[in-house]
Amino acid sequence: MPNHSNEELVSQIESSNKRKYFLEKLSEKVFLFCSLLSVISLLLIIGFVFYKGTHPFFAEGYSFIEFIFGLDWVPSEDKFGILPMIVASIFATIGALIIGVPIGLFTAIFLAEIAPKSIARIISPAVQLLAGIPSVLYGVFGLAIIVPFLQNHLGLAKGQSLIAVILVLAIMMLPTIVTVAETSIRAVPKTYREGSLALGASPIGTIFKVVVPAAKSGIMAAIVLGLGRAIGETMAVILVAGNSLVLPTSLTDSIRPLTTNIALEMGYAFGTHQEMLFATGIVLFSFILILNLVLAKIGSKGGK
Amino acid sequence: MRKAKDYFFQSLLWLSAIITIATLCIIVGFIFYKGIHLINLDFIFGDYSPSGGGGILPMIVTTIYTIVISLLIATPIGILAAVYLQEYAKQGRLIRIIRFATESLTGIPSIIYGLFGAVFFVTVLKMGMSIIAASLTLTIIVLPVIIRTTEEALKTVPLTYREGSLALGTTKLQTLYKVILPSAMPGILSGIILSIGRIVGESAAIFLTAGTVAAMPENIFSSARTLTVHSFLVTQEAGDIELAAAVGIVLIVIILILNLSATFISKKLNKADY
Repeated sequence: MPNHSNEELVSQIESSNKRKYFLEKLSEKVFLFCSLLSVISLLLIIGFVFYKGTHPFFAEGYSFIEFIFGLDWVPSEDKFGILPMIVASIFATIGALIIGVPIGLFTAIFLAEIAPKSIARIISPAVQLLAGIPSVLYGVFGLAIIVPFLQNHLGLAKGQSLIAVILVLAIMMLPTIVTVAETSIRAVPKTYREGSLALGASPIGTIFKVVVPAAKSGIMAAIVLGLGRAIGETMAVILVAGNSLVLPTSLTDSIRPLTTNIALEMGYAFGTHQEMLFATGIVLFSFILILNLVLAKIGSKGGK
Repeated sequence: MRKAKDYFFQSLLWLSAIITIATLCIIVGFIFYKGIHLINLDFIFGDYSPSGGGGILPMIVTTIYTIVISLLIATPIGILAAVYLQEYAKQGRLIRIIRFATESLTGIPSIIYGLFGAVFFVTVLKMGMSIIAASLTLTIIVLPVIIRTTEEALKTVPLTYREGSLALGTTKLQTLYKVILPSAMPGILSGIILSIGRIVGESAAIFLTAGTVAAMPENIFSSARTLTVHSFLVTQEAGDIELAAAVGIVLIVIILILNLSATFISKKLNKADY
């Protein structure tokens, strides 16, 4: 009976199609789940850090004001004040920005606009490679070269100091800033330069008044990335900071930024002490958020 | 006057470039100068001995463990997530949230990941200070990198490829794994290589989750130290700059090889004729 086998065929095709459609639907759900995993991770991280970090203030009666503005951090005596670390982090970051951003930016301009092509072709990839070097090595270098240098030439009792941290962070952010800024400067259309030169502007004037403003958003991104690397850096900073718990008043003071406080004490901390380290993490977190917002503001203002 | 100003700025640019290049050369030169005499086969393939003079094989093995485990988890998730964002999702609130979360994960400093891993994986999930806890933490760190590079790679696959394949009557899934993913493969691979670089260079998050035991790890539930953590600890505890620099040379060579292969693969991508 030919009719029968025909029906069989149709039902076979239908069932195979059904399987196909089912697979399509299922795979889309699986893909969606995978992309939601990053949302879940972020929520887990923020949830955990904030839950742990706010617990002492909500449940154990510690004062948040005393935590932020307290000068003493003595976990064994139940004293948790992180003002010296906040100030240390702010000074170290701003110092590194003041040194690292102009040098990095000028180097990027040099490589993109002035350097002969043959030189730029060697140096640009080399700088890019250096952006990938583990940051610990910058700390090792700082401890072996910068710290003794400061000790001998500034007459410090201890070379590990705020200025050593600033120098190490500034050097560390250079490759990141140079690489990202150079890419954005190279992306500025050639016609901009030609137009400016045709109007009689000098090559240098063209660079600073036309090319750099046109590459502004990429340059801001470079600064934000470099900044992120500087604030979040931990292990390299431990090696050169000295880690004293004093409110820094001069460039030669030994400091302990927020990140190193977490790394140094997390290994043996428990109970309230551990929760206070999470609270330190929250402060670091907000710190990064604020700095990014400020930089975004500056960036958008420059555009008008 | 204008000429003088131009000269001033021009010399400023030259000066900055010289400072940058000189500093970076000095750092690399310093590390090689201090460490190169320690580098030999016994150093790289010898077991660690606490009394000194031993090799760094345990740290290399630990580093490889963390790379393999975190990539085994992060690569499939990252690629499928990027596929969803690029090929399936319709623009809307959900996509904006996922993109925002991915970007935010990139901005979190590694010490915060370390804090999270030290409580969530080490304590709550009872893994203890171990390679597996560190690898899972690293998975979250490299996930955004893989998602972003895969998305970029998928963007470069021309629309005509998809249309051509679908016009032949294939399903979306068949088009995906027979046409789109193979074309995007070079880009995806170079993203994975970049993630390896990130894992190799990571220190703070691993320090808080894998611990510091300087011995050959028995299995993935052992506490152990990676190359970067080793370099840090010998500097901090023993002040042994030469040993730290020798480990540094191994790290720099690894990063160099990774970068070269990433460039090589993405050059291949550019040569492919779309």
